[in-house]
Amino acid sequence: MQPYSVANPPVPSAVNSSFPETGAAAAKPPAVSIRELAKSYVLKSETVYALRGVSFDVPEGDYVAIMGPSGSGKSTLLNMLGCLDKPTSGQFFLGTDDVSKMTDDELADIRSRRIGFVFQSYNLIQQYSVVENIQVPLYYQGRLGQKEKDRAIALASSVGLADRLGHRPMQLSGGQQQRVAIARSMMNDPYFILADEATGNLDSATTDEILGLFDRLNNEGRTIVMVTHEDEVAARAKRIVRLRDGLLSSDKVNSEESRQEARNRQAEHVQALAQLKH
Amino acid sequence: MLWLRTWQLGVKSLLLHPLRSGLTMLGILIGVWAVIVLTAVSQGASDQVQKQIESLGANTIIVRSVKPSADKMTGMAAQYGLRRSDLELIVSNVPTIESALPIREIRRQFTVSDNTVDGRLVGCTPDYAEVNKLKVRDGRFLADADDLRADTVCVLAARVADKLFPLVEPLGKRIYIPESEDYYRVVGVLEHRNASAAIGGSLDSQDFSGDVYIPSKTLRRRIGDTVFTRRSGQMETEIMELNQITLQVADVDRVRITAAMVESLINPRHAMLNDVAVVVPLELLEQARNLRLMFLGIGVLIACISLIVGGIGIMNIMLASVTERTREIGIRRALGAKRGDIVRQFLVETIVLSFSGAMLGILLGFLGPPMYRLLIYSVQKFSPEKFASLPDAIRQAEPTIVYGTIPLAVGIAVAVGLLSGLYPAIRAAKMNPIDALRHE
Repeated sequence: MQPYSVANPPVPSAVNSSFPETGAAAAKPPAVSIRELAKSYVLKSETVYALRGVSFDVPEGDYVAIMGPSGSGKSTLLNMLGCLDKPTSGQFFLGTDDVSKMTDDELADIRSRRIGFVFQSYNLIQQYSVVENIQVPLYYQGRLGQKEKDRAIALASSVGLADRLGHRPMQLSGGQQQRVAIARSMMNDPYFILADEATGNLDSATTDEILGLFDRLNNEGRTIVMVTHEDEVAARAKRIVRLRDGLLSSDKVNSEESRQEARNRQAEHVQALAQLKH
Repeated sequence: MLWLRTWQLGVKSLLLHPLRSGLTMLGILIGVWAVIVLTAVSQGASDQVQKQIESLGANTIIVRSVKPSADKMTGMAAQYGLRRSDLELIVSNVPTIESALPIREIRRQFTVSDNTVDGRLVGCTPDYAEVNKLKVRDGRFLADADDLRADTVCVLAARVADKLFPLVEPLGKRIYIPESEDYYRVVGVLEHRNASAAIGGSLDSQDFSGDVYIPSKTLRRRIGDTVFTRRSGQMETEIMELNQITLQVADVDRVRITAAMVESLINPRHAMLNDVAVVVPLELLEQARNLRLMFLGIGVLIACISLIVGGIGIMNIMLASVTERTREIGIRRALGAKRGDIVRQFLVETIVLSFSGAMLGILLGFLGPPMYRLLIYSVQKFSPEKFASLPDAIRQAEPTIVYGTIPLAVGIAVAVGLLSGLYPAIRAAKMNPIDALRHE
């Protein structure tokens, strides 16, 4: 990893952490940690405060859903978490490195090494095959060897696309494209996967599939941050962070029971739909 | 590795739109093609001119009689042109002259039994063959003794010999000149020599194929200076002592000054009729060089315009491509591409475009010389009048590819590609990834 040094590493916040403070977990820095993050834009002569100081941590292995109505600062926070934009003030730690003051090129490097993106509209490169698309994040690190290709094929197989390796995005269904995107997001072994309305373009059955995939990844230890406005989707995360008017309005943990309930509910719904079709 | 991959990707992206890429290449292709073909043709034309002039010799000065314009000619039988006294004056006053060759030419018919040939009867000295680089096939050229005795001997050009004596050996036989009612004994036959083309307006083409050479003194004694010719039913009388004096200068560096001296000697004597011209092949050589430079200049200009147009075409297409691929740029940026990576990606595409255009232009350029020959051949075949009106330098030019222009053309093409790709590439790299990702 890039040795970005930092003056004062984040203090793990007991308030915002969903994990019980056991000795080992407390010593380990969270995957993501934001402190008093604020962002304002100047539109014409008016200053718009999109974020007014938000703080929370995402420990390693967590699964967080970020919710909020439009205008709540959800998208701004997403851009910030994705290192696509810089905050006006506050700090943003990825591991132990403060990325809030990095240059454009350093941010690009961080994106390529530490973040796995999953977008609503899949955002695959049309002229590339499935395997080539999965390899893109490592491409910009200059890693293009056979080892990387093998890893891409293994990831494609793990999301159930072993027989679609040479296909172009156009030849795949929406659900399959999103699987490619998820495989791509894991290619660089990121600190966390950042999913932006990842199921927004999919029907219920496919949504259930994709959420199942996220569950599996999370069980394997992946950290996931998901921005969504659907309660049913958020219900499957371990924790829901809500924003309102640029401020954190709530941060609550979903119990394992409620998550299982949500899973069952959706499975039933999908089954009912399947029967309707026949 | 990364670069190799970038190039592969560039080619791949361009192959997504083969027609568009092909059309974009066209401007560069035509530019490079133009550079190669135009320089080849101009090189061929100037080679031709240069060859002619060199065959005249860089150390010669030609003083010719020129027929004055009709209003200056008083009476039907006025005399004009060079005099023998001019020759004496030049030889005795200009020290830098190595040799002087007086020539008198008359158009005559030559017959042997039923065979008749029209040609030039040339009165000359034995040096003539050497100065004009004529080679003897059979027998000998004129000798000093022939001139001294004013013998009625002649040397035939190859064509004349073949026409007059199709079946027998010409040496020792006699030819008849009806207009002078005179017989000449053949002592030699020359090798065939191609006609040289005219140089501009100052020197006629030199065709030696219909010549019959006799000693100067013989011509003067038996025919004299007054020549009657029948032209379109009219008798024309022409009085002239010499048609031409070919002067040779020992030192090439002194050619100009010698020419100036000759002019200053001769011009006052011919100021009235303006019936003498001094031609310096060396000067023509330099003119030809200038002509070639001009040709080259025009070629380069045309090529530059074409390359600029090609560059604008590339820029236009790349700008459209950047807009069209905004989303792709956003994705790449989000997944870790730096601004430099995006610039590189688009620059590579423009370089691939312009370089392939240049390569195709070179290939087509090599087809240029055969194409030119075909063009000249078809003009000659289907419209001989037009062909005749073309300048000799163009008619006989043999286009030769100037290899030095190839790397130059490729270099310019790639530079144009780089320059015209730079702005679209920078524009692509400057895009905000957030906006680019949102772009539909």
